[in-house]
Amino acid sequence: MTAIDLGLPQLGGLDGVPTTDEKQTAKDFTSDQEVRWCPGCGDYAVLAAVRQFLPTLGIKRENTVFVSGIGCSSRFPYYLNTYGMHSIHGRAPAIATGLAVTRPDLSVWVVTGDGDALSIGGNHLIHALRRNVNLKILLFNNRIYGLTKGQYSPTSEEGKVTKSTPMGSVDHPFNPISLALGAEATFVGRALDSDRKGLTEVLGAAAAHRGTALVEIFQDCPIFNDGSFDVLRKGDEATERLIPVRHGEPIRFGPEAEDGLGSYAVVQDGFGLGVAKVAEVGADRVVVHDATDHNLAFALSRLSDQNLTHTVTGIFRNADRTTYDDAARAQVDEARRTRTADLQALLNGRDTWTVDG
Amino acid sequence: MTSDTAVDQSSTHSGGGRPVIQRDRVVIRFAGDSGDGMQLTGDRFTSETAAFGNDLSTLPNFPAEIRAPAGTLPGVSSFQLHFANYDILTPGDRPDVLVAMNPAALKSNVIDLPAGGVLIVNTDEFTKRNLTKVGYETNPLEDGSLERFSVFPVAMATLTRGALEETGLSKKDAERAKNMFALGLLSWMYHRPHEGTERFLREKFARRPDLAEANILAFRAGHAYGETTESFAVTYEVAPAKLDVGTYRQITGNTALAYGIVAAGRLSGLSVFLGSYPITPASDILHELSKHKSFNVTTFQAEDEISGVGSALGAAFGGALGVTTTSGPGLALKSETIGLAVALELPMLVVDVQRGGPSTGLPTKTEQADLLQAMFGRNGEAPVPIVAPRSPADCFDATLEAVRIAVTYRTPVLLMSDGSLANGSEPWKVPDATTLESIDPQFATEPNAPNGSDEFWPYLRDDDTLARPWAIPGTPGLEHRIGGLEKADGRGSISYDPDNHDRMVRLRAAKISGISVPDLEVDDPTGDAELLVLGWGSTYGPIGAGARRVRGMGKKVAQAHLRNLNPLPANLGEVLSRYRTVLVPEMNLGQLSVLLRARYLVDVKSYTKVSGLPFKAEELQDLFLDYLNPHSIEPIRINGVHA
Repeated sequence: MTAIDLGLPQLGGLDGVPTTDEKQTAKDFTSDQEVRWCPGCGDYAVLAAVRQFLPTLGIKRENTVFVSGIGCSSRFPYYLNTYGMHSIHGRAPAIATGLAVTRPDLSVWVVTGDGDALSIGGNHLIHALRRNVNLKILLFNNRIYGLTKGQYSPTSEEGKVTKSTPMGSVDHPFNPISLALGAEATFVGRALDSDRKGLTEVLGAAAAHRGTALVEIFQDCPIFNDGSFDVLRKGDEATERLIPVRHGEPIRFGPEAEDGLGSYAVVQDGFGLGVAKVAEVGADRVVVHDATDHNLAFALSRLSDQNLTHTVTGIFRNADRTTYDDAARAQVDEARRTRTADLQALLNGRDTWTVDG
Repeated sequence: MTSDTAVDQSSTHSGGGRPVIQRDRVVIRFAGDSGDGMQLTGDRFTSETAAFGNDLSTLPNFPAEIRAPAGTLPGVSSFQLHFANYDILTPGDRPDVLVAMNPAALKSNVIDLPAGGVLIVNTDEFTKRNLTKVGYETNPLEDGSLERFSVFPVAMATLTRGALEETGLSKKDAERAKNMFALGLLSWMYHRPHEGTERFLREKFARRPDLAEANILAFRAGHAYGETTESFAVTYEVAPAKLDVGTYRQITGNTALAYGIVAAGRLSGLSVFLGSYPITPASDILHELSKHKSFNVTTFQAEDEISGVGSALGAAFGGALGVTTTSGPGLALKSETIGLAVALELPMLVVDVQRGGPSTGLPTKTEQADLLQAMFGRNGEAPVPIVAPRSPADCFDATLEAVRIAVTYRTPVLLMSDGSLANGSEPWKVPDATTLESIDPQFATEPNAPNGSDEFWPYLRDDDTLARPWAIPGTPGLEHRIGGLEKADGRGSISYDPDNHDRMVRLRAAKISGISVPDLEVDDPTGDAELLVLGWGSTYGPIGAGARRVRGMGKKVAQAHLRNLNPLPANLGEVLSRYRTVLVPEMNLGQLSVLLRARYLVDVKSYTKVSGLPFKAEELQDLFLDYLNPHSIEPIRINGVHA
């Protein structure tokens, strides 16, 4: 088989989506539907952040589409006054792919959860990522099945006692970031539901990225998995676990050192990465984050294990690669430009014969 | 009208020093190893025959294995072609001429050759080893077991090699052209034109002129062999058929279906999006459509069947003509998404090219056993319109009909083809593209709330069709959310109200049952037949051929064929009540019969066969005669089973 160099230009994530000069507010993006998540659910914080964030994109509201699967988080589209589809379990990336391929004038967002995206819909997720369709996927990870009332999920930690695992879960969890990077994702980010600033920053970069952007949002289920991310939220412990990364900056975290940066750092450790005290290893050995480096991104994702020690947030990877939808449309455009579309000629084909009266 | 079985009106005249026998119809079967190129050979003979102006019908029959071990029975691939000087309906029950390229092909096909049939055998392959491989203890060419046939032994490989000696091709490469030798010989025997084949070979091997030349040489050598040797005493002519005035081409069902999709895009002004996962025997539709991007057709080879239909539905939400193509196992996987499309009330075309089941079943063989899956195979009350083409060429019109229903009524539609339609071919009177009726998508552009506000109600229905508005993203002021949760009638917000759910279930059902479909036409030449044979899908040809035979004997039988399986034509109940006996032959265990009995309380007689092959005209003739025989109480048959 032959391979052809497609030679396509790089674009921004929102190129082709009509913009507006009208001032838009969070209220404009709020639908008339009453929000029905449980009190204290992390989804509220994310919804508020997204409603605040969308107007900042400056695109027309009617050209924004949210597609979701099934699960608590998948109710999301009902609460936004954009176009939306609440689809079926796990299939949102497939549905959004058909929409994004045919409609380059839309900003297409997928809202999904850990069960929806990583269990029943795992196949669609990895293939969307590898194709690099221009979709923004918000993966709400609460490490539990909420809507079905409390079974363990593919991100639940081993040994977790749930309704379906009274003696503890024997499943080993996925690391969603490692999974996405293994699936050739070009943009992978992570934020905490309660971190409005960090979340908004990742969302902004995701929107600007042309291609599939996976944003994992750690989100609390107060009913069935209460406090599951508390170790990342409160006090000194959180400071020592959270590793915010930013492209081009040395990866430092933890209590402030004399130079104003964190006193801990991420350093090379064999073929992977490790954590060390800056005072012990010296500032020169601190890894500088490069979001275009696939291997670095993967190594960063491996710093987190299921117990949430050394949890990286921010943008792991942000690299340019031609998107599936741009490439597919380019082929259609080229064919339309260079070939005829004579329906009669098509129907006739090459060999016709005529029967006369 | 001449019948498919009428005794041949043969006449003889002398031409080119050798007698030429006139025939009304001939059935030829090419059979060989999967690697022998029998499908190509059959295709080429078909093209020549089409170009000559005969009516024709074909039946390719090949194994699911790409290349089973050479020379074995599972590896046999065959192509049957029926051509005539009048309009024919089937690929023929039995071959008049069998070309067997090896012992395996002979062994698995000779059973169908009637006494007196012509048998052309490639003797080079009849080695002791090859004979043993398929269980021949003695050589059938020598042991007298083929005495009842007119046998022509031809050393095709040797002769082909000889003809290609000068080309410098290796022995192995040269022998591979032996199928073209066979084609040349048969082309000579039946006075087929050969310019088309030579042109075809030059194009096919454009990058390998040496192979093009070798194949053409082999083709000509076969032709010359017939002409110069004394083996063949006569040649045959089948005059062109008297078809309706018009422009014709040869077409397979899958190609016609793909063209129907392209045409539907043009007629509706919608871009076409095909989401599909490769599956036999539907993949050729994906291949064909991928070549027609200039018609604003996008093809997406999905990661699985679910993504195929999901992406099509997403494209439909965005205002494209969303299409997915599959076969039975894929339809099973798509069920949940089709149910979502029913709830969303978005147009979508779902094509099921049926094959033998259950499970993987018989991927390359034909069957009609997905009807009840199409009808009921979803959770909840999820009615879906069903349209079924009756012949390869009819796949074009049936596709347009299916898309028209989908777009007009905002619903997924199931188009039920099958393996024999998909790969079978026949002449097609090419329609004038300017006369095809347009399809108006009628996108919503304005708020529609009955209270006069600026709200958009996505589930407010059209009074006539009960269809909801199709408002696509990018339309200002019509932002709305749809989904699989039950929606409030009209306004479209989530509703758990019991009465609303009951109303919505009935509204969706009423929308589908209210789809306007043409009345069923009955072919009852004398108007007083007592037996009605009712079918659907690809059984149209065999039922029609069987009916012709019976009518040729002076007996009366009526035929009717359903294109719309859901909803059924409004006059069907009346039609059924008009006949003393209604007989329903199907390539399943009686699925249409179940529907008819339930719906009309009519005691239809079911005749079923699930062999992976189409009905034969002869077996249906015998079946009809049984039912027409006043002394026959309950006919008993061997091939098929009566319910």
